[in-house]
Amino acid sequence: MFGDDVNTDLIIPGKYLELVDPEEMAEHAMEGIDPDFPKKIQKGDIVVGGNNFGCGSSREHAPLALKYAGIGAVIAESFARIYYRNSINIGLPALECPGVTDAVEDGDTVEVDVTGGTVKNTRTGAELSFTPLPDFMVEVLNDGGLVPYLKKNMETW
Amino acid sequence: MSPGDNRMGKTISEKILARASGLGEASSGEIVKARVDVAMMPDLTTILAVKAMKAMGREKVWDNAKVVPILDHVAPASTLMAATIHRDIRAFVKEQGITNFYDVESGVCHQVLPEKGHVKPGYLVIGADSHTCTHGAFGAFATGVGSTDMGAILATGKIWLRVPETIKVQIEGKLPELVTPKDVILKTAGLIGADGATYNALEFHGGTISDMSVSGRMTLCNMTIELGGKAGIVEPDETTYTYLRERTDGVFDPVFADEDASYRMVQDVPVDDLEPQIACPHKVDNVKPISEVAGTVINQSFIGSCTNGRLEDLQVAASILKGKKINPDTRLLVVPASQGVYLDALEAGVIQTLVEAGAMFSNPSCGACFGGHIGLLAPGEVGLTTSNRNFQGRQGSPEAFVYLSSPAVAAASAVTGVITDPRDLR
Repeated sequence: MFGDDVNTDLIIPGKYLELVDPEEMAEHAMEGIDPDFPKKIQKGDIVVGGNNFGCGSSREHAPLALKYAGIGAVIAESFARIYYRNSINIGLPALECPGVTDAVEDGDTVEVDVTGGTVKNTRTGAELSFTPLPDFMVEVLNDGGLVPYLKKNMETW
Repeated sequence: MSPGDNRMGKTISEKILARASGLGEASSGEIVKARVDVAMMPDLTTILAVKAMKAMGREKVWDNAKVVPILDHVAPASTLMAATIHRDIRAFVKEQGITNFYDVESGVCHQVLPEKGHVKPGYLVIGADSHTCTHGAFGAFATGVGSTDMGAILATGKIWLRVPETIKVQIEGKLPELVTPKDVILKTAGLIGADGATYNALEFHGGTISDMSVSGRMTLCNMTIELGGKAGIVEPDETTYTYLRERTDGVFDPVFADEDASYRMVQDVPVDDLEPQIACPHKVDNVKPISEVAGTVINQSFIGSCTNGRLEDLQVAASILKGKKINPDTRLLVVPASQGVYLDALEAGVIQTLVEAGAMFSNPSCGACFGGHIGLLAPGEVGLTTSNRNFQGRQGSPEAFVYLSSPAVAAASAVTGVITDPRDLR
């Protein structure tokens, strides 16, 4: 669980921008907030953020670091636009779900229906709905990101 | 208005994206595939973009005249890793036959591209850097993306874009002496908020803009991203054409907003009585008039960046520093935004004035703005900067404090060692 305005300098500080291997980026995921973050998470964990998650730079290192650290999706009250694009493009679901920070606590398990647009907290039973992603973005996510999507659809792009 | 609704007049963004995507019309909310006029890639994001292009199954860029790589973030290389990235990009440029490439001496991408005539009104400019919105100052739709988007552009020349809603920023009045375009955009950031324009384009209109230089317009558009915005746009006029005529073929196909264009909101920004503005740590929208923060002790003042590293910015700093010495407990770092600015400043005598006052003068690069290889702040230190972000950890230690200001404030504060209204120093 993170608050509002988690910026890209916190997700991965500028000094790591020279890295080109996402596994190495993952070692520094969220280093600006919690240097132990990569050790604490398990594969498929969900990051919950407040408003304007990912604001700041265009560095794709930010969603890449989270994805390769094992994060399965980020659900936030709202996202900054470049982070949002980057996340979809690398195949890490970014779901904008107003109210999520009040409905979820650290350690809760949630069930997410990406196409139906619901988030359910299995501990409290609370269910939130959000505007589902446009079809195009769902296709990109289903293919695993824009690279595999374009590989498949290059001729019609 | 619902997505796809086409009854209303159109904004500049809707018109440019309609043109770029080959559609007769495009309305906010639609996702379009648009043809890119300029694809700009700085050093730190290029390698990932090239990897993405190759992973998509393409070996050649779609158009080797429209792809513009530039080595600016770590220039010159200060680490082996950066040197290696630069070496690989130079090799890529040769291999692809890329005709517009700018090496480490050139300067910051958002200054160099307009200066070298790569940006024109009505263009769709995409850059792998968040401050690409700067180029909207010339009536282009310009936005920053990540490396995978750039990889797709390298492969195909196209990008998917959601056509944004637009906020109209109406700026009226005459700026008081030593109150500058930076103060206008900081004021606007305070009014709209750091996420108040998320996914939106901003159009800057009004009498203040008509009287504003190209340099000032670039400062406004540059910080659009700090409000969450996708693009910041100024309608082209004679000021724009005068700047561009000597740098381009002089043939323009400008785009203007319709009178009845549909805006998400209109934000009025009156400037007649505007004070210098300061964005306080650690958020760009934590903006206060200088009277509320004057006296705050600073350790370092930085004048430069794609926000405020142009001749006009260095000149106002020099006008304040002429014949004065900076405070012995304060460092003043000045970085021109490009080699062009450097030469102009040299010719204007500005550099001598700044250095005699005690400033360090460095080669053009992004390093001091993003906590790269120059001018880092130690834990507990306070930096005043004319750049665009005061995020925690942005300029070195996460325990440092960064304030944003205009070059006039940064110069005056370097003299006193505390945040100072430049008008009090004259």
